[in-house]
Amino acid sequence: MGTSLDVRNHEMVPDHQIMDEEEVADLLATYHITLEQLPKIYHDDPAAKAIGGEVGNVIRIIRDSRTAGRAEAYRLVVKRPKK
Amino acid sequence: MTSPKRVGRIEFGLFSPKEIRKMSVRKIIWADTYDDDGFPYPQGLMDLNLGVIDPGLRCKTCDQKAADCPGHFGHIELAKPVIHVGYTRLIRKLLRVTCRSCSRLLMTSEEVEKIIGPEDSELAGEFVSEKDIKKERVCPHCGEQQLKINFEKPTTFSEVFVEEGRKVEHKLTPADIRARLERIPDDDLRALGVNPDVARPEWTILTVLPVPPVTMRPSIILENGQRSEDDLTHKLVDIIRINQRFKENQDAGAPQLIIEDLWELLQYHVTTYLDNEVAGCPPARHRSGRPLKTLSQRLKGKEGRFRGSLSGKRVNFSARTVISPDPNLSIGEVGIPLAIANEMTLPIRVTQFNLEEMRQYVLNGPERPTTRSPCGANYAIRPDNRRMRLSDANLETVAEMIEPGWTVERQLKDNDIVLFNRQPSLHRMSIMAHRVVVMDGKTFRLNPAVCPPYNADFDGDEMNLHIPQTEEARAEAEILVSVSSNILSPRTGGPIIGGIHDHISGIFLLTHRIQHFTREGVLYLTQHLDLEHLPEPDRMDENGNPLWTNKQVFSLVLPDNLNMVFRASSCQNCETCKQEMCENDAFIRIVNGELVSGTIDKKGIGAFDGQILHRIIRQHGMKRAARFIDDVTKLSIRGIMLEGFSFGIDDEDLTKTEYGQIDEVLKGAISDVERRIKIYNEGQLEPMPGRTLEETLEMQIMQVLGKARDRTGEIAGRHLGMDNSAVVMAVSGARGSMLNLTQMAGCLGQQSVRGERIMRGYEDRTLPHFRRNDRGAEAHGFIANSYKSGLSPTEFFFHAIGGREGLVDTAVRTSQSGYLQRRMINALQDLKVAYDGTVRTTGGRIIQFRYGEDGTDPARSSYGAPVDVKGIVESVLKEEVK
Repeated sequence: MGTSLDVRNHEMVPDHQIMDEEEVADLLATYHITLEQLPKIYHDDPAAKAIGGEVGNVIRIIRDSRTAGRAEAYRLVVKRPKK
Repeated sequence: MTSPKRVGRIEFGLFSPKEIRKMSVRKIIWADTYDDDGFPYPQGLMDLNLGVIDPGLRCKTCDQKAADCPGHFGHIELAKPVIHVGYTRLIRKLLRVTCRSCSRLLMTSEEVEKIIGPEDSELAGEFVSEKDIKKERVCPHCGEQQLKINFEKPTTFSEVFVEEGRKVEHKLTPADIRARLERIPDDDLRALGVNPDVARPEWTILTVLPVPPVTMRPSIILENGQRSEDDLTHKLVDIIRINQRFKENQDAGAPQLIIEDLWELLQYHVTTYLDNEVAGCPPARHRSGRPLKTLSQRLKGKEGRFRGSLSGKRVNFSARTVISPDPNLSIGEVGIPLAIANEMTLPIRVTQFNLEEMRQYVLNGPERPTTRSPCGANYAIRPDNRRMRLSDANLETVAEMIEPGWTVERQLKDNDIVLFNRQPSLHRMSIMAHRVVVMDGKTFRLNPAVCPPYNADFDGDEMNLHIPQTEEARAEAEILVSVSSNILSPRTGGPIIGGIHDHISGIFLLTHRIQHFTREGVLYLTQHLDLEHLPEPDRMDENGNPLWTNKQVFSLVLPDNLNMVFRASSCQNCETCKQEMCENDAFIRIVNGELVSGTIDKKGIGAFDGQILHRIIRQHGMKRAARFIDDVTKLSIRGIMLEGFSFGIDDEDLTKTEYGQIDEVLKGAISDVERRIKIYNEGQLEPMPGRTLEETLEMQIMQVLGKARDRTGEIAGRHLGMDNSAVVMAVSGARGSMLNLTQMAGCLGQQSVRGERIMRGYEDRTLPHFRRNDRGAEAHGFIANSYKSGLSPTEFFFHAIGGREGLVDTAVRTSQSGYLQRRMINALQDLKVAYDGTVRTTGGRIIQFRYGEDGTDPARSSYGAPVDVKGIVESVLKEEVK
């Protein structure tokens, strides 16, 4: 396995960013939620791995949206459960 | 608000024999139920300790009456252990992965660690599976040679060993198996994914059988006074009987052969008691030959406890009958038979403000003789919740007694809100709230314009009606579920309620070109409309009487300030649009609520793409739109009745010239096909890129024949003009297409299976009527006849082949989409859009941060877009905008 592929370069993969603690606190406050109520992403998700997301991080995903033009989603990195 | 509780974990385990005995209140030993006096036998299957079902008796365990006693379990001691059918796969796995002598896992601890990982590691959680064990190996712990374990459905296990070069099977008895399972160490079980604290594997071999309480297997008393026992009781009787015989034989020291037979019989009865649909096991039957419904059958499938009784239930306050149309009802109304209105009730609380009204309802009593009579009441409920049935005998006394605090259950009357539903309820418009109109007759009546959302027709369809019983439910029904708030479909963002069939033909005939009506004519057309005065007449006739145009008449139903421009479905899509000068009158311009030009048809008021309807909803709201639909449907029905509208077999007649032309076209096409076949046979055919010769020929033939059919359609269409009802329906979009007309009058064309000509049938030919390897048009399903001229026998057969494909497709599609729908509903059912625009589960977990990413309600959108920019600009400019 020589070359490694960075999935982020693919046109279908939206922009992933790791949010810092302050941003996360803001996010949780705006939606009145706890960390657990966020959507999840696995720690071994290719895009999450590529940006170095670790369990407990929150990732901001900025997508092109057919309806809204630009849509933001947030996902909490969790460990992939076995089976 | 208290936050919802969360389920931490669910533990599934097995009952141990100890637990079964502990929860049992009585050991059952007699196979009989009731004695001759109808009294339960002690220690029989209906023992009074197991609960009571007969009124009057008291439970010996809890001392409660039949209604209150929940029932209690008993138990049967089995003479010998038997296998529980539900666990045969687990038993098979455990037998195959453990040693036959020391019962330990056939792996060294190092091998185990490799699979499940080191203890407490991050990745722990894998389990050892059957595949991880090599076949017929030697036990690493005691060195015993392992044998192959054979499993034969439903419950037979045997060991296979080789003796003198032959394979010999040795049957394992449940007792042998149980002994082996008992010896498996707890730690080995954990490696296999079994928690030995709650599920020791030997508990899958039954030594004691729980007897369910009588309350879950009540006996019923037939009309002739005979008792009829529940299927479960029958099965338990069998088990006890065999068990008893088994014990007797065992004690008497019967030969091994008999013991084995009885053991197998006991196994059979216990197996069918648990599941009567096991593969490889004949189902136990009732005396009548009907298979018994035993434990598993009670739970499984659509009518089972989960899907049938817990996820779905039957409800009160509902009615069902056949539906029929009534165009004079508003779209928001539903006609209800008097008989149903008399039976169904609404609870109304008595207050000092409605006391007199309620008293009158009670005085009117439960029988309402005609639809005009005032509505009565069927029950009165006292403040202590005692329900009193009203009858002629007690009307006056009850009316006297009524005072605030009582509740009167009054009958349905006009204007009550009810929910109306037709199955399958595939989208939210399948249940809508209507207002009641009590009517004579025995059917529910509805305006045909609301057929599309329900997907209803009147060929015998039945619909259900539900009556909301509380103020909250009625308010919710009126605000969220009413017909007028469901005109726009969330699927497309366009209207789904609107004119259908005759509404469209009618409005088309009425608004087509320019027609003039006298005062009588206009008043006839508009008699149902709420008009104060007629507009200025268009002109006077020679006698000085005023005349109005048809467009003026239609304009009466439009809102005053409506402006829009669009093309009708009769538009031919010419290269340069002549707009108002269109010879088909298909360019519609509405200025300040006046129809200036154009014919109104499906594109204007149709149920799925009514543009005028859509514009009115967005500009004037749902209430106005509902009124528009009512007005326009009534107007169009008057319009169609001016001339009458019918279609008969002679509407498909053409003249000799057309028949000659059609014949010529078809003959030409058939000889063209023959010519191409000849070229092919001579090897002169040039294949198209990427296709074989045969494919090329087939495509050419299909093309030639397709064109020929279209040409016959054109010929027929030339003769059949706007005076033909079928043409009017096709052009206006009301029903049918020009293709249907072609097939009726011209030629049916090529029949196909999977998009190809019909090729299947006999060797080298489709039917014995043709020569082998005939590639001609007729031999492969080309039908030169029309429905009018009639089909020849071979044509008829080909037509049936083509028709069958369509039927099979629909059958497959409905079953597949039904299952998909079920899974979608299960996945999405408790998601909701929260007030902050997020989509959340009941636990508050976020699914979408903004509904649909843009937060637009599709039912309030314009075909998906939040703002209908084009429509707004056009209505301001009063001009078409590209």
